[in-house]
Amino acid sequence: MKIHPHRQHPLWLAFFLHRVSGIALALFLPAHFYVLALALTDPSQLDGFLAWTSNPLVKIAEYGLVFLLAVHMFGGLRLLALEFLPWSARQKSLAAASLALAFFLSTTFFLQAV
Amino acid sequence: MSSAKTMLLVSVWRGTGTQGRYEAFEVPQEDNQTILDVVSWVQQNLDATLSYRFACRVGMCGSCAMMVNGKPRWTCRTHVGKVAENGRIDVAPLRNLPVIKDLATDMDPFFDKWVGAEGHFHPTRTRADPIEAINPESPSRKLADEGIECINCAVCFAACDTVTANSDYLGPAALNRAWTLLNDEKDGDRTGVLDAVSGSGGCHNCHSLGSCAAYCPNELSPITAIAGLKRETARSFFRKGR
Repeated sequence: MKIHPHRQHPLWLAFFLHRVSGIALALFLPAHFYVLALALTDPSQLDGFLAWTSNPLVKIAEYGLVFLLAVHMFGGLRLLALEFLPWSARQKSLAAASLALAFFLSTTFFLQAV
Repeated sequence: MSSAKTMLLVSVWRGTGTQGRYEAFEVPQEDNQTILDVVSWVQQNLDATLSYRFACRVGMCGSCAMMVNGKPRWTCRTHVGKVAENGRIDVAPLRNLPVIKDLATDMDPFFDKWVGAEGHFHPTRTRADPIEAINPESPSRKLADEGIECINCAVCFAACDTVTANSDYLGPAALNRAWTLLNDEKDGDRTGVLDAVSGSGGCHNCHSLGSCAAYCPNELSPITAIAGLKRETARSFFRKGR
């Protein structure tokens, strides 16, 4: 797939990732809710499914899922900052960098803790 | 003449309306050559029927914008050396505007949207009144100053994918103009401007793609102006219910 020349800049890529991650998460959510509902409707099938999720390929897919969630969350925060905070570009970059760093540090701590 | 000059391979869009194709020309490369120089050389030396538009040649008038290798550019200030890819240049009319002939587009939709965004000054005094003193350091004047160097070249309009997808969308230049008026203490119709930019084709259509700011030749940031309009229209809605 060739990206049109006029779209070859970081803000367009950020827009594209935000949209694609949103669509992918929207497709994931019905399946997620269906599996959660199995806890009430068919617990034995849920246990079988949970055993299946220990498959390494599923772990890789979970990594992709967390990546999509992170991309979509930060894309949303970026949009909120862009549209609601009348800051200069430099202030926004610094704010985004500090937020990302805080998120990284706290998540690392969380992973150590669990 | 000494050795033969390096030749540029130039593909130029030829055609009227929706019909057309690229036509190849060879143009001698020069030092400090602009894309407008290249197009003019083709018109003066190879094909006098080539239609294009320019006036000032120094980045003031905003009439010479074209798509160069797929990106919107002001051609009079775009150097060949910066944009040629292996000696090749594709020149096409601006995106998102109807083509009249070859590289000349019909700018009417672009300027109609300036009118649609209430992009004209609404005076509160007559020429008989004294001139209103404006503090150049006031926050609103500074915000207005950030956006007033627009030369109406339509580069942002051609770069914007939201304009492509929604023919009603007023576009980055018109909304940037509305933002400067909204911050102009001398303008007398703030409500009219806010109404014009909050309708169906207004500022809330913007998806913050950022191409307007990425390609504006005067380094303005219409995306920032549109974000300001979004905040002001939201504030107006919550305070006054409109």
